[in-house]
Amino acid sequence: MSAPAAPSRRALLWARRRAAWGEFARTYAQNRAGLFGLAALAAAALTALCAPLFIDSAELAVTGGPGGRFEAPSGEFWLGTDAFGRSVLAMVVWGARISLTVGFLAAFVSVALGTVIGILAGHFGGWSSNVLMRVTDWFLVLPSLVVAVALAAVMERSTLTIIIAIGVTAWPATARVVRAQTLSVEARPFIERARALGGGHLHVMKRHVLPNVMPVVLAQTTLLVAEAIVMESTLSFLGLGDPSTISWGGILQEARNAGAISSGIWWYMVPPGLAIALVALSFTLCGRALEGVFNPRLRERR
Amino acid sequence: MTRSATAAAAPPEEPGAPGPGAAPGGPSRAARVLRYLGGRLLTAVVSLVAVMVTSFFLFRILPGDPVRAMTEGREVSVAQLEELRRQFGLDKPLWQQFTDYCLGLLRFDFGTSYQYRVPVAELIAERIGPTVLLAGTGTLVAALLGLVLGTRAAWRRGSAGDRATTAVALTLWSVPSFWLGLLLIVVLASGAGWLPGLFPTSGMSTPGVQGGFASAADVAHHMVLPVATMVAVVYAQYLLIMRSSVLDEMGADYLTTARAKGLRDALVLRRHAVPNALLPTVTLIFLNLGRVMGGVILIETVFAWPGLGSLFYSGLRVPDLPLVQALFVLFASAVIVMNLLADLVYPLLDPRVRT
Repeated sequence: MSAPAAPSRRALLWARRRAAWGEFARTYAQNRAGLFGLAALAAAALTALCAPLFIDSAELAVTGGPGGRFEAPSGEFWLGTDAFGRSVLAMVVWGARISLTVGFLAAFVSVALGTVIGILAGHFGGWSSNVLMRVTDWFLVLPSLVVAVALAAVMERSTLTIIIAIGVTAWPATARVVRAQTLSVEARPFIERARALGGGHLHVMKRHVLPNVMPVVLAQTTLLVAEAIVMESTLSFLGLGDPSTISWGGILQEARNAGAISSGIWWYMVPPGLAIALVALSFTLCGRALEGVFNPRLRERR
Repeated sequence: MTRSATAAAAPPEEPGAPGPGAAPGGPSRAARVLRYLGGRLLTAVVSLVAVMVTSFFLFRILPGDPVRAMTEGREVSVAQLEELRRQFGLDKPLWQQFTDYCLGLLRFDFGTSYQYRVPVAELIAERIGPTVLLAGTGTLVAALLGLVLGTRAAWRRGSAGDRATTAVALTLWSVPSFWLGLLLIVVLASGAGWLPGLFPTSGMSTPGVQGGFASAADVAHHMVLPVATMVAVVYAQYLLIMRSSVLDEMGADYLTTARAKGLRDALVLRRHAVPNALLPTVTLIFLNLGRVMGGVILIETVFAWPGLGSLFYSGLRVPDLPLVQALFVLFASAVIVMNLLADLVYPLLDPRVRT
């Protein structure tokens, strides 16, 4: 049927994808705050990845601190040293690894859960959807910090526990958003066409609904990572984190326990907090920029 | 329902609608309202029951033997341990503990705290005041600040002021509240460098202070930093919601009409745009009120504020099962009740969802 010179299906697909991507990048670039967030995140991720290249992890052990106790910032230790003589700068850089990992994984867990439940609830109407949404609502009602604290206290102290605690408490919001989006996608004619051609539930959900809710999910993930990073630091600060790893919240907890607050040792507690704030802010800015790209109504309003 | 008051609050949407009660669907509307109320109430009750069950089983998995924790540091005989176990009902099978717990909850009897050896209800009664004071003041200030700033930002959208307001709010929102609290303590309370300690570092009152006005002023003095911390972290969401809902109303025809009547800009904003834009924000405030209870844990821990949050945190460590269970139920039911209120209040505020 098609003309002989027509490009192959694959080439067409790629051309379409490239065009969509170009359009996306152009729209995103119009949001200056979003660009700033992206740049800051790239820098943070790069630092976290390269940390082992210029930091000797032996110097981060409690017993291996190269400096004296609570040294003020100097040429050797740019951000001073902590209670064990470790360089605060090195600790903060190293902490980025745990904090970013936990943030990403926790956001991934909760978004995956929320997406599956949201699509299922949106696709299959009726009582099963009702039950799913009731469960979602119920989780939404539980005060997330209290639940996360309780979960983290109940399970053994490890990074995995923190990821689970955050993932389990953060998914309901995603589920709600995804369900709403699924309902609106399923009302469109191409779903009817897919059904008429014999597409089963799985086919419709996987090939048609999922790609169409993906943009929403992506924006939601970015916003959730920010939340997860703050939550991780909160749990570590409350002493529920893994004591053997270095995370931003953990450093703050140590600083507080070492009396840095009342003796005014600002270099111990200011950098980790700033790092949390900067990374969380960057994720929020990126998430808002993404929302703006995917939701033209929002963009217009700016 | 108080329909007349509602109609006054949101005038523009149904100008030509027949008077209340005159609609042919009168009785069926009442039935619908009842159905709606019943549904919401049922959901809330189911949620409450689920919370109670979760609370019991969640904390049973906590590591640590409560009886050991109670006798920490003292030499005790096996017989004494057994006696304690019996006294707190820990020797009974789990299902019996569970039924005792459920029956107790119905009578507002939460059992006896392992840690303090007093009824949990008494502890809660003693600590709930400070928490409500802190959370209430914080929410009030944050909501007002968010509403005012959000409205102004939306009204002058795109201006330098709008961008600055939004940027500051987003930045503060990203800051972990406990860190902000610590920072405030270092800068304003510990007396770092040339700055004197302006505010107390912790607690709610100075021991020696007596007399009505003096002690109220003392408590207010202690509250400044915790409330400031809470407001700084929370107000951003009110601001963003208010900003976007005012923006939503900006394009509406009734605003053009109001302007065409020759109303001044400020009046258009105050009388027409804001009342309509308030709806989503008010709901959010209600929804957050319960959530704030949980968030207060952190701030109370940082400032050693004698409230429920610090009580919960100290209870987790023991683990003081009756105390932690009761507080968990309390926090969650605060959210449930606030959600219910938001659901019930919303149709009263917004005639558009009432049908």
